Amino acid sequence: MKKVELAVIGAGPAGLCAAIEGAKHGLQVTLIDENIRAGGQLFKQIHKFFGSGVHRAGIRGVDIGSQLLDETEKAGVEVMLDTVVWGLFEDKVLALVHEGRSTQLSAERIILAAGATENALAFPGWTLPGVMGAGAAQTMMNMHRVMPGKKAIMVGSGNVGLIVGYQLIQAGIKLELLVEAAPEIGGYSVHASKLARNGVKIFTSTTIKEARGDERVESAVTVSVDENWNPVPGTEREHEVDMVCLAVGLSPLIELARLAGCGFKYLSELGGHVPLHDEKMETTQPGIYVAGDIAGIDEASTAMEEGRIAALAAAESLGRLGGEEADALKKSARKRMEEFWDGSFGRRVKASKESLSVKE
Amino acid sequence: MTLLKDGVLTNEELEALPCVPGRERMEKGAVVVIECPQDIPCNPCEPACPKGAIVVGGPITNIPVLKEDLCDGCGLCVAPCPGQAIFVVDLNHGNDEAAVSLPYEFQPLPDKGQKVKALNRRGEAVHEGTVVKVLTPSSFDRTAVITVTVPKELAMEVRSIRL
Ligand SMILES: Cc1cc2nc3c(=O)[nH]c(=O)nc-3n(C[C@H](O)[C@H](O)[C@H](O)COP(=O)(O)OP(=O)(O)OC[C@H]3O[C@@H](n4cnc5c(N)ncnc54)[C@H](O)[C@@H]3O)c2cc1C
Ligand code: SF4
Ligand code: SF4
Repeated sequence: MKKVELAVIGAGPAGLCAAIEGAKHGLQVTLIDENIRAGGQLFKQIHKFFGSGVHRAGIRGVDIGSQLLDETEKAGVEVMLDTVVWGLFEDKVLALVHEGRSTQLSAERIILAAGATENALAFPGWTLPGVMGAGAAQTMMNMHRVMPGKKAIMVGSGNVGLIVGYQLIQAGIKLELLVEAAPEIGGYSVHASKLARNGVKIFTSTTIKEARGDERVESAVTVSVDENWNPVPGTEREHEVDMVCLAVGLSPLIELARLAGCGFKYLSELGGHVPLHDEKMETTQPGIYVAGDIAGIDEASTAMEEGRIAALAAAESLGRLGGEEADALKKSARKRMEEFWDGSFGRRVKASKESLSVKE
Repeated sequence: MTLLKDGVLTNEELEALPCVPGRERMEKGAVVVIECPQDIPCNPCEPACPKGAIVVGGPITNIPVLKEDLCDGCGLCVAPCPGQAIFVVDLNHGNDEAAVSLPYEFQPLPDKGQKVKALNRRGEAVHEGTVVKVLTPSSFDRTAVITVTVPKELAMEVRSIRL
């Protein structure tokens, strides 16, 4: 069985930064991703990222992905693409499958950076073709250049709904309206204003009641909801659309952490069940770390920092980095993360993250 | 309706921001109008301005502050803003005409001289304006900056265009 010092699972921003940082400190690193291209979410993100300059804000997500990929190659990381990790056994043995062939890999340290999965929403008609997740729509449009519809409704006003809504318009789809069940828009107002000024009506305290159609979506019915999220009878409206796009949240992709026997906590602010972890991103299983959306749904900027922190901790534990140097580097990464969480949007994430920490 | 209900900034919400110039500065000619009202973690506007007219500082969740006297309306900060929240308004473009420069990321791009619908913050066509400038240098990274003429009284209304 092949042996490596550090195996990183998932090549999104968290995994890429973890692999780069690990290799930088002399670790022999293997980075594994199920896709044929590394980058995770980044390759769907054709918009310029918010965040700070140190996190490459102002650069389009897809270009951030390419930059990180270049750095990974230069750092001497072994990258295994089109490879699914389907098992994680005792003694840190990973089961991989590539082109139908199963192999095993043993690692001294593991960083789980598997990202997240999109939540669905059940309503009458939700299985009709034309109802899809915002991420699926993005994959079709931005990666495969396929138009997923002509006229759309977006459900959910978090940043994902707002940003993908704008990308629908860029792809030439008419976004008829965006509905949000909460009384206020959830994502950044600047992203909402981009939609509004281009003619998209945003309705808060409104949700989708039904998708109608024979073979596929032909219309969608929306309804107002009261402060207890109960539908208000008589407020139904039918909209002629052929596409219902759902942006109702993401959940950490935690199967591998479960297999590894990690401890969990349920935190709705972070998207659901999240592996417990300490300030070094180490889970309750020694030598297994988490970073990025798997450690709580957040942003690429913080995913990158968490990846770095996890890799620094792994390098330190394998004796590649003195404690003082490791502490200083981890501290500066954490400081950049805390700055990101300083405003009203990040504060809740930060508080939830703190409640997760495993006491050393 | 307020911003958090429908995504449309009202003029009162706008005037309260530290990144929107005062009337006096506006009257003097081209100046930037930054419509960024929340404490979001974002700061590419700050390094984008070569004159140091935009200050976010630390933490990066600060709302940008405009030093209106340092801004000459060059427009270099418009394309880098990921929120597409930055515009340049020139009230002295012509006798009764103002010019608004705005970020534009749709295809096709308008031609110089083309008549386009000028849209307000609600996406309503409030005027037919003329495109006087289309800037697409590579440094703008595929965000075009379009300048369109509008009547002076619409200079603080028009924020998008439709071909
Ligand atoms: C529409 C949208 C817009 C966004 N805009 C911004 C923004 O402007 N600024 C910002 O900072 N953030 C933004 N984000 C958030 C950001 O994209 C995510 O937070 C970030 O990508 C999380 O990084 P990650 O590395 O944890 O996961 P991901 O990027 O999801 O990467 C995880 C990778 O792991 C792979 N994987 C999972 N399980 C396995 C397995 N068992 N075997 C092999 N491979 C596996 C996945 O296929 C994937 O490639 C946005 C997100 C969305 C959806
Ligand atoms: S318009 Fe020019 S001078 Fe004014 S803030 Fe923007 S970059 Fe600076
Ligand atoms: S770059 Fe744009 S969205 Fe970001 S803080 Fe500056 S004005 Fe706001």
